[in-house]
Amino acid sequence: MIAKQHNGGWVIVVSFVIAIMLTAMPLPEWASNWRPSWLAMVLIYWCMALPDRVGIGVGWVLGLLLDVQQGTVLGQHALGLAVIAWITIVSYQRIRVYPLAQQAFIVCMYILVFQFFNMWVRGIMGIPSQHWSIWLPALTSMLLWPWLFIMLRDFRRRYHVY
Amino acid sequence: MTVDHRQQHLENVRSVLSTLVYPIQYVVNLPVAATHWLSASFVTRSKLLEENERLNQEQLKLNSRLQRFAVLEEENKRLRELLESSIELGERVLVAQLIEVDLEPFRRQIVINKGRNQGAYDGQPIVDAGGIMGQVIHVGPFSSTVLLITDPTHALPVQINRNGLRAIAVGTGQDAILSLEHLPTNADIHEGDLIVSSGLGNRFPRGYPVGTISEINFVPGEPFARVSVLPSANLGKSREVLLVWPHDQIQKQELNEVAAKE
Repeated sequence: MIAKQHNGGWVIVVSFVIAIMLTAMPLPEWASNWRPSWLAMVLIYWCMALPDRVGIGVGWVLGLLLDVQQGTVLGQHALGLAVIAWITIVSYQRIRVYPLAQQAFIVCMYILVFQFFNMWVRGIMGIPSQHWSIWLPALTSMLLWPWLFIMLRDFRRRYHVY
Repeated sequence: MTVDHRQQHLENVRSVLSTLVYPIQYVVNLPVAATHWLSASFVTRSKLLEENERLNQEQLKLNSRLQRFAVLEEENKRLRELLESSIELGERVLVAQLIEVDLEPFRRQIVINKGRNQGAYDGQPIVDAGGIMGQVIHVGPFSSTVLLITDPTHALPVQINRNGLRAIAVGTGQDAILSLEHLPTNADIHEGDLIVSSGLGNRFPRGYPVGTISEINFVPGEPFARVSVLPSANLGKSREVLLVWPHDQIQKQELNEVAAKE
């Protein structure tokens, strides 16, 4: 069996870097609770499109970078991203064939799982975050998912990432 | 995660990773920095003159106060010598700029553009023009993360300037409120009292303003009063902050340098 050739890894890297930048971008106070989980969304996309290239390990490393950027305890986001990478890899064959709206709903569920792990770790660390607004990113992520999906798919096709 | 939380072994890993993340934060900060630069370079002449006038007056006021301060400092030194107690003056400071990136919304943290290369260290106090802002918690080569005093995990030893009553100021997670813990209901406190750092704990230097008491609530049946403090530092507004090297830290660094030479 011949090993499959990979191509266009830089597109994946650039998309992750942009996602971290969007996460760090300063927003006004009222809007920062509504910030979508950019990195989690991009990770879900690549896990879905190329499960043989992007997986739990990539999710973990990205999570560590996000932890350093966000100033959280090392491993908080890493745990959450690794878990949603795993869920996506287990279920990518089903999500791929769903219509966009249904996909968006599934993504919303995954981001909720991600937020739950974040809340759980923060709870252990003794940082109170039981406010209902912690679930808002799942909602905005759901609304933005169709656009992100179409954009990343077009990029993947144009630059022949496989 | 436990290792990172409980021990300091992973600080090096975090420091290396922060070098990777720094360019990203730098790029994110660029538009903000550009806006500030643009608004600074396109101010009208009359506005500049006005500001110059205002600054001149302010400097005059501060200078006149400083003259008295110099006399008082000498007197204080003499009295301390009489009492044979040590003198705690001579701190070194460095101006740092905020890097405008958003961190986790549940914690009160900021990123500044000075790191280990400029001599910043873990636990270093940060002040601004109004008072104590927080302390450095992660040091990278080019940038560091600062935990503000309003973070719910931050506590700071303080005393009331009027009578020297000691207390602990704990952050609440809200921007404009600290709370003084474990003050009995019969303690001698009033609204408007100035709170300064007490220097106990050897982390923050003594005598920097922390805030003023904004509200005192006596809840019947509870042993302690609920005391809210309004921080005097411009948390969330200042773009420039000061890194402070307390006196004993300078001595420690000098000792280290001497030891390294030998």
